[in-house]
Amino acid sequence: MRILPVGDDALLVEVASRAEAEALHAELVRRREAGLLGAREIVPAARTVLLDGLAHPGRVASELAAAHVPPAPPREREVVEIPTRYDGPDLGEVAALWGVPEREVARIHAAAEFRVAFCGFAPGFGYLTGLPARYDVPRRAAPRTAVPAGSVALAGPYTGVYPRASPGGWQLIGTTEAVLWDHTRVPAALLSPGTRVRFVPEDGA
Amino acid sequence: MSDRAMSVVRAGALTTVQDRGRPGHAHLGVPRSGALDGPAAALVNRLVGNPPDAAVLETTLTGCALAPRSDVTVAVGGAPCRVTVGGRPAAWGAPVRVPAGAVLDVGPAIRGVRGYVAVSGGIVVEAVLGSRSTDLLSGLGPPPLTDGTVLPLGRERPPHARVDAAPQPAPPAELVLRVTLGPRDDWFTPDALRAFTARTFHVSSASNRIGLRTEGPVLERARGGELASEGMVLGAVQVPPAGRPVVFLADHPTTGGYPVIGVVRRADLPAAAQAAPGTPVRFVAVRRR
Repeated sequence: MRILPVGDDALLVEVASRAEAEALHAELVRRREAGLLGAREIVPAARTVLLDGLAHPGRVASELAAAHVPPAPPREREVVEIPTRYDGPDLGEVAALWGVPEREVARIHAAAEFRVAFCGFAPGFGYLTGLPARYDVPRRAAPRTAVPAGSVALAGPYTGVYPRASPGGWQLIGTTEAVLWDHTRVPAALLSPGTRVRFVPEDGA
Repeated sequence: MSDRAMSVVRAGALTTVQDRGRPGHAHLGVPRSGALDGPAAALVNRLVGNPPDAAVLETTLTGCALAPRSDVTVAVGGAPCRVTVGGRPAAWGAPVRVPAGAVLDVGPAIRGVRGYVAVSGGIVVEAVLGSRSTDLLSGLGPPPLTDGTVLPLGRERPPHARVDAAPQPAPPAELVLRVTLGPRDDWFTPDALRAFTARTFHVSSASNRIGLRTEGPVLERARGGELASEGMVLGAVQVPPAGRPVVFLADHPTTGGYPVIGVVRRADLPAAAQAAPGTPVRFVAVRRR
């Protein structure tokens, strides 16, 4: 674990793997809920967790340096199911990258159990991990200027679902009617860090 | 709709509703947002008797014009500008009474960039995650004003204190931003680090509520490759591959994939909000507090 100061009241904690980042995030959230850590924001990412809005960053840094971080606890939360039509315009390209027939893409993708590693890019956009590393795909060379809301997409080791229409360079493999973000709903985000996710192929897809 | 409302006669280049933003949701990808020049927004609120978290209007360079449906007290601050009510000159930086139906015209910024208009009672558009701020990056909060927009107002409260006018800092002729290096300063060459804190940059016209973009020396990386996406803070100075530093302002993304060379002191960001394109910028390295 490497602890990097960020400005006057934040720390970036860097770890060796996604699994460690997930475990560290779970532990930091647990500490905040137990009143042991005062942080305005706890932001997990690929290999780091950012703690922002700390009253005493130096003290938190020394506590963390001495801390034991247990592996992320098993999730008791139920799995969020995202009904998906595997009909994206990049299905053929992804199938070619994976070296499988097109209809296999849906089967492989829907067989995996995903977890939200972290969020970002847009409210409700989760970076989901769960596909084996051999299915990593590059971003598109030229990003699309408009990706429709509900697009199920791949980039690098991640799967994501666009909560609203926006530009984007991910490979589009499907679409869903699921509402990823609704600020009138509690919670507003369907997916938050740690959520378990499965993509369920819709009939006729 | 009740008469506690005002209509937008001239929306200006970019006028948004802003309060103190929506911190605490960065892990869901929600930017903090909020007034870029927080002290100016708080001051105009005080001048009309609003609490500091009441929503105000933030204008950009060209001002705006408004017509209230009932008598209201307003105060205009931030970037200095000409203010008129019903075509007659009125005070800037002081409480002004606007009769029902009269047009309050907030003129273009004479210096600086962002003007703030507080209306007694505050602007009470629907709050999203506890804030009424327009967030241009993620589209949360009310859309930017357009001509004809009708804004609901809260109930007027008497001012806490009788104040005629209040001094406000002038927009900077040169923007000096104190910066603590890191967390990714080791991604840059020693020459780039020297240039960052010794050379002069200029504010780019591509700046917006997401970031203060700069022109000037290109900061070269000591290491190539991609940085995995990581959490970003307000005031982070991110350096994209083109090598031009970008200072993250209120609507900044909550995670990003380019290295952060340093972080600007929070207290220096209101001045960054008022620095017009072309303003010289110097980054001064300071020790962490």
